[in-house]
Amino acid sequence: MKLKNLAAAAMLTALSTAAQPALAGCPTKGVKELTGAGATFPYPLYSKMFSEYDKICGVKVNYQSIGSGGGIRQLQEQTVDFGASDGIMDDKQKSQAKGGAVLHVPTVAGAEAIVFNLPGIKRSQLKLTPDVLAEIYLKKINNWNDPKIKAINPGLKLPDLAIAVVHRSDGSGTTFIFTNYLSKVSAEWKDKVGFATSVNWPGDVGGKGNEGVANSVKQIPGAIGYVELAFALQNKMDWAQLQNKAKKFLDPTLEGASAAADVASLPDDMEIVITDSATASAYPISGFTWLLIYENQTDAAKADAVAQLANWMLTDGQKYASALDYAPLKGAAQKKALALVKKIKVNGALVLK
Amino acid sequence: MARDSQATFESVERALGGVKPLGARQQVINFGDRIFYVIAKSFAVVVILLTVLLVADLVRGAWESIGRFGLRFLVGTTWDPVAREFSTLPTVIGTLVKGFIALLLAVPVSFGSAIFICFYTPRWLRPVISYPIELLAGIPSIIFGMWGLFAMVPVIRVVQVWLKANFGWFFLFNGPAVYGVGVLSGSIILFIMVTPIITAISKEILLTVPRAQIEGMLALGSTKWEAIWKVALPYSRIGLFGAVILGLGRAVGETMAVTMVGGNSFALIHSLFDPVHSMASQIASEFSEATYSLYVSSLIYVGLVLFGITILISLLAQFLIWKISKGKLALLD
Amino acid sequence: MDRHFRFRKFIEWATWFGMLGCISVSVFFLVGILGYVLVHGAGYIDWEFLTAMPVPAGETGGGIANALVGSFLVVAVAGLMALPIGIGAAIFINEFPSHGFGHTVRFLAEVLTGVPSIVVGLFAYALVVIPSGGFSALSGSVAYAFIMVPIILISAHEALRLVPDSLREASLALGIPKWRTIMGVVLPVSSRALVTGAVLAISRALGEAAPMLFTAFGNSFWNVNLTKPVATVPLLIYTYATGPYEDWHQKAWAASFVLLLVVLFTSVLTRAFLRSKSNE
Repeated sequence: MKLKNLAAAAMLTALSTAAQPALAGCPTKGVKELTGAGATFPYPLYSKMFSEYDKICGVKVNYQSIGSGGGIRQLQEQTVDFGASDGIMDDKQKSQAKGGAVLHVPTVAGAEAIVFNLPGIKRSQLKLTPDVLAEIYLKKINNWNDPKIKAINPGLKLPDLAIAVVHRSDGSGTTFIFTNYLSKVSAEWKDKVGFATSVNWPGDVGGKGNEGVANSVKQIPGAIGYVELAFALQNKMDWAQLQNKAKKFLDPTLEGASAAADVASLPDDMEIVITDSATASAYPISGFTWLLIYENQTDAAKADAVAQLANWMLTDGQKYASALDYAPLKGAAQKKALALVKKIKVNGALVLK
Repeated sequence: MARDSQATFESVERALGGVKPLGARQQVINFGDRIFYVIAKSFAVVVILLTVLLVADLVRGAWESIGRFGLRFLVGTTWDPVAREFSTLPTVIGTLVKGFIALLLAVPVSFGSAIFICFYTPRWLRPVISYPIELLAGIPSIIFGMWGLFAMVPVIRVVQVWLKANFGWFFLFNGPAVYGVGVLSGSIILFIMVTPIITAISKEILLTVPRAQIEGMLALGSTKWEAIWKVALPYSRIGLFGAVILGLGRAVGETMAVTMVGGNSFALIHSLFDPVHSMASQIASEFSEATYSLYVSSLIYVGLVLFGITILISLLAQFLIWKISKGKLALLD
Repeated sequence: MDRHFRFRKFIEWATWFGMLGCISVSVFFLVGILGYVLVHGAGYIDWEFLTAMPVPAGETGGGIANALVGSFLVVAVAGLMALPIGIGAAIFINEFPSHGFGHTVRFLAEVLTGVPSIVVGLFAYALVVIPSGGFSALSGSVAYAFIMVPIILISAHEALRLVPDSLREASLALGIPKWRTIMGVVLPVSSRALVTGAVLAISRALGEAAPMLFTAFGNSFWNVNLTKPVATVPLLIYTYATGPYEDWHQKAWAASFVLLLVVLFTSVLTRAFLRSKSNE
C-alpha cells in the first residue's frame, strides 16, 4: 500500500514538474539579468524588445549602445553576455575573441536614405544612379546642375549650387553599409577609399551620429548625406530615389530592405552585407544588424538565457520591428538566423533542442 | 608661503629666547603636526601616482602605433582607417587653433566680467549674476553642443557668408562659409564654455583683495579703474593665472560640444571656415567603432600627443609668468 | 593738470563701459543658453518625469528616476574620493615646505585638467573594469574622481594661497599647533573659494557622459549596487539627444534642465550651510 502511494506520489511530482511549461522564449535556468552592448542602429528596437521581454519573462536585459566597435571589444573581453554590431567581424577580430568562435545572428534589416537639401525639390523627386552617387562622394561631381545629374532627372529644375557632401565623423555601422555599397558599384571608390566603419572621406563635412548628419543636411543648402531611414522619417527629410541592380528607381522603405534580405543565396553563417541586392524590389543600401554570441559557452545558465533571448527576438520579438521603422526578418533569412541560434553549445552539448 | 610659515614658527621660538612655545605640550604638538604632514603628503603623492599611471596606460595602449609610425605620426596628414595609415598633424593644428582663439576671446571677457562683479556691482546683486554663471559652467557638454548646432551655427553661417562676400580676399575668410560648422564655430563654443569657469574662479580671487589696499589707493586720489589696474590685478595675478589654466584645460580637452559644431574633417585647415577635428573630438568620435588594434592604438597615441602638448603649453605659460614676475618663480611667491 | 585729469576720467568711463560690455557678453550667452534649455525642457518636467523609469522607444511618458539616483550615487562616491585628495594635496603644497615637490604636484594637476574625458574613461576602464571583469558604478566614480581632483586641487590651492600669512602667524603665536591652525583658521577663512572649486568640480562631473561609456556603462533598469552598471543622467541625455525621435529630444532637454537645477541647488545649499556655520 505504502509503496503504491510512494510510486503515485513520485509519478505525480515527475508529471507536475515535467508539465510545467517554460514561458515561451524565457530562460529556463534561473538567470534574471543579462548584459549586452554594441550597435546604435537597433537600439530603439532593442529597448522596446527588452522592455517587453522583462514584462513577459521577468528577465532584465541591460543593453547599451556604445557602438559596434565597442560591442565587439566588450565581447572579446567577455565583459558582456552578448554583443551587437552593424558590421561583420574580420578574421583578426575573431582571433582576438577570448571565448572562441562567434556567431553572427541577424535580428532585423534596415535601409539608409540618401537625403538632400535643395530649394524647391521635394522627397522622391530627385533620382540618382549608383555611378552618379559615387562620383558625388568622390568629389568628382561638384555642382547640382552637372549634366550627369541632369541626364537622370530630365524634368527637374536643378540649381547652380555647390554640392556639400556630409558624412559621419564618428565610426559607425551606417558608414560601413554605405561605403560597402559604394565599393560594390564603383571600382574607383573601392580602390581609393574602400569600406569600413570609418574611412578617409574625400570631403566635406563630418556630422556626429545620424542626428548630426541629418542636422547638417537640413541646415546647409546644397547638402547631401546618408542616414538611417528612421532618422529621415522622424526628421521629415527629403530623400532621393536610388536605382537598384534591377534598374528600378526606389524609395528607401522597409519593404525594400526586406526584399534585399530575401536573397536566394544567403550563406549559413549569415555574414553577408545585403547591399546592391539583385532582387527586383530590393532597395540597394540595406543591411542586417547582428547579435554576436559565442558559439561555445561555458556557463550553462547564461548560455540558456542568451539562446532563449535570441530565439524570442527572432520569433515573437519581430512584431515590434515595423512600428519602429525596422524591417523584420522573413522567409529564408529568418530560418537561417534561427538555425544559427540552435548552434549554441555549452560544454559540447546543444542548448536549444 | 610654506617656507614663510615654517620660518614664522622658528622666529617665534627665537623671540621667546629659545623656548619652544608651550614647552610641555611640545611632544603632543609635534605628533599631531607630523601625522597631519604625512596624511597631506600622501594625498599629494596620490596625485603624482595617478599621473604616472595615466601616462603608463597611455604609452602601453599606444605602443603598437608608436612602433609602427614613430614620430612620423606627428607630421603626416593622412588619417585613413582603411589603408591603415594614421597621422595627426591636422588635428593637432585644429586643437591648437580652436583653443587659442577661444582663450583669446575668453580671457578678457572673463576678467572683465569678474572685475565688474567684484567692483562695480552692489553686494546684493552679486549672487544674482554669479550663481547663474557658475550654472553655465555645469551645463553638460552635449547641451552646449546641441544649443551650438541648433541655435548658434545658423547665426554663424550668416556671419560667415557675409564675411566671405565682403572680405573673401583675406585668407582667413576664404573658405566654405556656408557650412556653418568649422573652426570659427568650434572656437566660439569653446569660448562660451570656458568663460564661466575663468569668471567664477577670478571672481573669488578678486574678492579676497584686501579692501584696505584699494581704499588706500582711492584715498590717494586714484580713480576706481586705476586702483583695480594697479593694485587688485597685480595682487591677484597668480590666482588669475590659475583660473586661466583651468579654462585652458577645458578648451583643450573638451570633446562633445566641439564634435557637434567643429565640422570634423581630417584635412589641413586654410581658413576660419574650414571644418576640422580637434584631438579630443577625434578620439571620442572614432573610439567606439575602432575595430582593430592598430586603429585603437593610434587613437590612444593621439591621446598621448595631446597630453604632451598640454605639458608643453603649461610649461610655456609658467615661463611667461616667470618672466612677467621678473624672475620670481610664479608659484613660490 | 586739467587735461590729464579729464583723460583719467575718460579712461575711468571707458573701462567701466568695457567691463559692462564683458559682463553683457557673459549674460547674453547665459540667458541664451539657459533660456533655450528652459524653453525646450521645462515644459516636459512633471512628477512622473522625476520618479518614473525610462520607457522604450515608441512609448511616451516615463522618466529618468534611475539616472537621477545613479548620477547622485556615482558623483557622491567620486566626491568622497576626490575632495580629500584635492584639498589634502593643496594643503600640502601650500602649507608645508617641500623643495619643488609641491611645485611639481601643482604642475601635474594643471596638465591633468586638459585630459579629455574619454581618455579618463578609458583609463578607469583599464584600471577597474578589466581587473574586475565587468562594468560598475564604482569604476564610474573612479573616472569622475580623476576629472575632479585637478579642478579641486588647483582652486583649493589658489584659495589657500590667498589667506594672509598674518592669520597663520597670529594663530601660531597663540600656541595653536600647525595642523590645528590649518584646519581651524586657514580652511574656514578660505571656505567660500574652496566651495566654489568643489561646486565647479561636481558640476563638471555631473555633466560628463563620455567617461561613463566604458565604466558605469548605463542601465535601463533600476540599480543602486556599486558593483553593477548604473544609469547616469548625462549618458541618458546623450542617448536621447542622438536618437531619431522628437520625444527623446524633449526628454534630453528636460533632463538637462533637471541637471542644472541640481547644480544650482548644490551651490546654494553648500553656501547657505557655510554662512550658517560662520554665523555661529
